[in-house]
Amino acid sequence: MNHFPQAWGRPRDDVYGAYDASYLHDQNGPKAHTQSPIVTGTSVVAMKFKDGVVIATDNLASYGALARFTNVKRLRQFNTRAVLGFGGDVSDMQYLDRLLSSLSIRENYSAYASSADSADATEASAELNAKNLHTYLSKVMYKRRSDFNPLWNAILVAGLDGDGKPFLASADLLGSTFSAPSLATGFGAHLAQPMMRRVVPNEAAVANTTREMAEKAVRDAMKVLFYRDARSMDRYSIAIVSKEGGVEMMEDEQLEGQSWAFADRIRGYGTQVN
Amino acid sequence: MGSIFQGAPIPEGPGYSFRETPAVRQAPGPSSAAGERQHGFYPYTDNGGSTLGISGADFAILAGDTRSTSGYNINTRYAPKLYKIGGDAPDTPPIALSVVGFAADGAALAERLDTIVKMYRYQHGKPMGVAACAQRLSHLLYMKRFFPFYVAAILAGLDESGRGALYSYDPVGSYEREQCRAGGAAASLIMPFLDNQVNFKNQNVPGSGQGHALEPRKPYDLPRGTVEELVQDAFTSAVERHIEVGDGLQMMIITRDGIEEVYRDLKKD
Repeated sequence: MNHFPQAWGRPRDDVYGAYDASYLHDQNGPKAHTQSPIVTGTSVVAMKFKDGVVIATDNLASYGALARFTNVKRLRQFNTRAVLGFGGDVSDMQYLDRLLSSLSIRENYSAYASSADSADATEASAELNAKNLHTYLSKVMYKRRSDFNPLWNAILVAGLDGDGKPFLASADLLGSTFSAPSLATGFGAHLAQPMMRRVVPNEAAVANTTREMAEKAVRDAMKVLFYRDARSMDRYSIAIVSKEGGVEMMEDEQLEGQSWAFADRIRGYGTQVN
Repeated sequence: MGSIFQGAPIPEGPGYSFRETPAVRQAPGPSSAAGERQHGFYPYTDNGGSTLGISGADFAILAGDTRSTSGYNINTRYAPKLYKIGGDAPDTPPIALSVVGFAADGAALAERLDTIVKMYRYQHGKPMGVAACAQRLSHLLYMKRFFPFYVAAILAGLDESGRGALYSYDPVGSYEREQCRAGGAAASLIMPFLDNQVNFKNQNVPGSGQGHALEPRKPYDLPRGTVEELVQDAFTSAVERHIEVGDGLQMMIITRDGIEEVYRDLKKD
């Protein structure tokens, strides 16, 4: 008789061999969620002006240091008064894109939206505005971080709020949210944000900022980012949301007026190696 | 096969498959790629900022700066840390909450408490008292004891006798009613100032004697004007010495007439 009760009913290793652990599904610890982003987009920059918001991203999706996909549109138009800019993991961006598509379909089939077709007075207030969208997104992001299964993105929501005023806010992988006259994610927080803050230091300054001023500041910021952010590209998308014009989306812009004159004065910068 | 299963176990006998987990998971050596993998995702961040609350005879003040930071970056210069709790129906006793630490947790906590206080009213037909609200907030924090809301919370209102009521919390729900409390990044700078200026710690009655005969100065209910000045001074000083504090000072003054909101600029450097 076997005197080890723990062993009763157990397969003996000398008969059957040691337990084959390879049949267990996950051999390397707990179920793994996203631990780091894979294909990534760099900065998103945006700023408000007196009757709208300008937002821009470049069209690059990097795989580590490799410029892997050079024609990825990281701005997404939600409706006539909200545009999203995505930084961080591109597959999570695409998931959110699908999520928002289904949200949009649900919203447009709802009673409010269908009644808006006839009554033009309620048309604007029926669909989700940028503020609603940002609240929704921030809840999604916070839920996912609380499940330890984050969506690895930094998102800017640009558009108009319920009163038709310019709206700009951020949501990130931790569910953190904040709003400011100008916002930038990633490298842009270091390089673009100081440039834009010179134009719109506070909400009062937004009222004196024209669309042209804002657009120029954002395009200049994209240029500086291309100069110094190694994960950036010179083809970019820019969108302008305003009450009058709705959303103007330009998805294939070329960076203009670059000056690399400084380069030939720096040893090892250009073609000469030393 | 039956012949194999006979008699007592062999000395130095066979192993049995007790352990169903693979051995690879044990003992991760220093910088070994195999072994236990650490989570790369840390679900918290510190958004900086500081808060402060002082209660008086018929009022309570909550204050917080409006800067939001991540590392050395300023996210925004206006991100309020103060929340009104329980809506503003006419006979609702005014309650305000300040949260500082991880702002996303703070916002989630404030929203939960606000919903609870409103639901209490709909379900019981009477407003929730500040003591009940304070205990409920403690429960809300303790509910997430093993994945805490990473915030220092202060709840302010008026108690059943109309006195200012101030409750302060740690991230897992320990709470206490106090005269004054500072929370957040500059808590260690502001709290000693408050101890001295509100509770008169280390202050003696002049000329009351030598050594043990010295009489400590007795704390009393400070008037509202004095308290507002103390709050302003505490923050202007904190801004000088702490980089995560600045931009704006938001105050909520809770009186029987409701919640009065004041905003003043702080240095933006």
